Amino acid sequence: MKILVPTKRVPDTDQKITATADGSGVASDHLPFVVNPFDAIALEEGVRIVEKLGDDSEVIAVGIGEADYVQQLRTALAMGATRAICVECNQSLDPWNVARLLKEIVLREKPDLVLMGKQAVDDDANQTGQFLAALLDWPQATFASRVELLAGEIRVDRETDHGIETLRLPLPAVVTTDLRLNEPRYASMAGIMKAKKKPLDVIPVAELGVALEPRVEVLRYHSSETVRRGERLRSVDELVERLRQDVGAQA
Amino acid sequence: MSMRIVVVAEHDGTAVRGASLSALAFAQSAAATTGGEVSWLVLGHQVDAVAQDAARFAPVLVVDSPALEHPIAEPFARVISTVVKERGFELVAAASSTFAKDIVPRAAAQLGGAMASDVVRHELVDGRLQLDTPRYAGAVTATVVLQGSPQIVTVRGSAYVAAQPTGEAHSVERLELDAAVFSCRGSYEGLKSKQNARPDVTEARVVVSGGRAFKNAEDFEQHVGGLADALGGAAGSSRALVDAGIAPNELQVGQTGKIIAPEVYIALGISGAVQHLAGMKNSRTIVAVNSDPEAPIFDVADYGLVGDVYKITPELIEKLESHAVGLSR
Repeated sequence: MKILVPTKRVPDTDQKITATADGSGVASDHLPFVVNPFDAIALEEGVRIVEKLGDDSEVIAVGIGEADYVQQLRTALAMGATRAICVECNQSLDPWNVARLLKEIVLREKPDLVLMGKQAVDDDANQTGQFLAALLDWPQATFASRVELLAGEIRVDRETDHGIETLRLPLPAVVTTDLRLNEPRYASMAGIMKAKKKPLDVIPVAELGVALEPRVEVLRYHSSETVRRGERLRSVDELVERLRQDVGAQA
Repeated sequence: MSMRIVVVAEHDGTAVRGASLSALAFAQSAAATTGGEVSWLVLGHQVDAVAQDAARFAPVLVVDSPALEHPIAEPFARVISTVVKERGFELVAAASSTFAKDIVPRAAAQLGGAMASDVVRHELVDGRLQLDTPRYAGAVTATVVLQGSPQIVTVRGSAYVAAQPTGEAHSVERLELDAAVFSCRGSYEGLKSKQNARPDVTEARVVVSGGRAFKNAEDFEQHVGGLADALGGAAGSSRALVDAGIAPNELQVGQTGKIIAPEVYIALGISGAVQHLAGMKNSRTIVAVNSDPEAPIFDVADYGLVGDVYKITPELIEKLESHAVGLSR
């Protein structure tokens, strides 16, 4: 079993994010990068599947970004990935181009399963996994909250607006992960030591032979602000009064 | 530049869902500024009633097949991309729901990958459609232009007022597609949903949400559910309660749950983590009740009341009921 886990690194979104004053970007230079939380869940699931199989199965973590992305990939290795691939690319990419690059990695590695986060918490696009599945013409299951490996197939519980839906797909397939699939582990000291010896290949993006085609042109960014009344009430009676007055309540 | 636009209709088997009517409103507005036209695309099996409902708003294209009985991405996406190519649509719109977020990006990749998610505003500038899309859990909005055609968008329901029926019955056209378009390797094994008498958080005018202050499912139901019922609204939840198994998944409001903008949002015992605020901060009026006067939820609230939700909520329910305060759904 070979599982490929594409990851994205994102600014730590527990911090306050604002647009730069000139609207050309997001003021994130002061923020540390982390592995996109949904991708960490995908990685954890891949590691758990391989640990359970207990054979020579592999989990391959992939990152596309600047050279220092290897730091986040070392973290992925410390969490249990077998090896990692860093596609070195200094350009900012939209989901279409990320999916096209990932397709080339998949064609090289021929995994049985691609597991990745349902969205990255920077652009919140929720597109790349579905794009990749379409480009590969593989079946897909998005928003997984439970994954069960069967013989040559995978059963996935999906979180939808109307409840938990269950799908069964033949492998190979693309599965994107939702929050409640698992809780990713922290890298242990032993894991960090082991990670130093695990293979981490760096591939220049040009080597994948994909001519980048931008699809999303960002004109400008602005910080979202809503002005609120911010009135502190002293009693439930005052709240009832506000609900009556402001909310078009029927008296 | 006249634009041919199609809106993928999401439905419950009998009628078009409200979020799709917001996507239609976006499409109609884009069509009005470009001199274009808008059609629905209704997909499913035995969907005559849905087509009739949709035809109250706009002309309808229908693809009806047993292969579309359940919403599986593979055949649905292929049907959408096939129809878009055959009919030469230049803009494809759908609601920002889990249905569309699963299927529409897959279709978008088959159509060249020019896609924007969660559009909250649009404007035609120099013949180009500028789209506002929230990023970083809504902290930042990016104004983007898509390169290539067709353009594919999902539209946030809370950002557009639902389209209204036009008062005439529009045409309904059934499309026949090659069998290969419907092929599907996956199989659908079922849907487990909690039957709930209350409206969905995405469709209610009033939403009452509970957070970490509630210790178990019974208390959540009594206070959050009770206040929702008193106001004729929906019950929602923060992620913490869903993670703890106290509230069901489909109630979660937040960046990774549902993103809503009801007329009134009442946050009970919710501290106001960034990812929760992303799901509700565009509500028209926000009320917060929390025992911690420093809780960040108060920064986004119109009305804040400091105190114990276990004491305040029953009093509020009682006084609302005795004052007959309530919004019709």
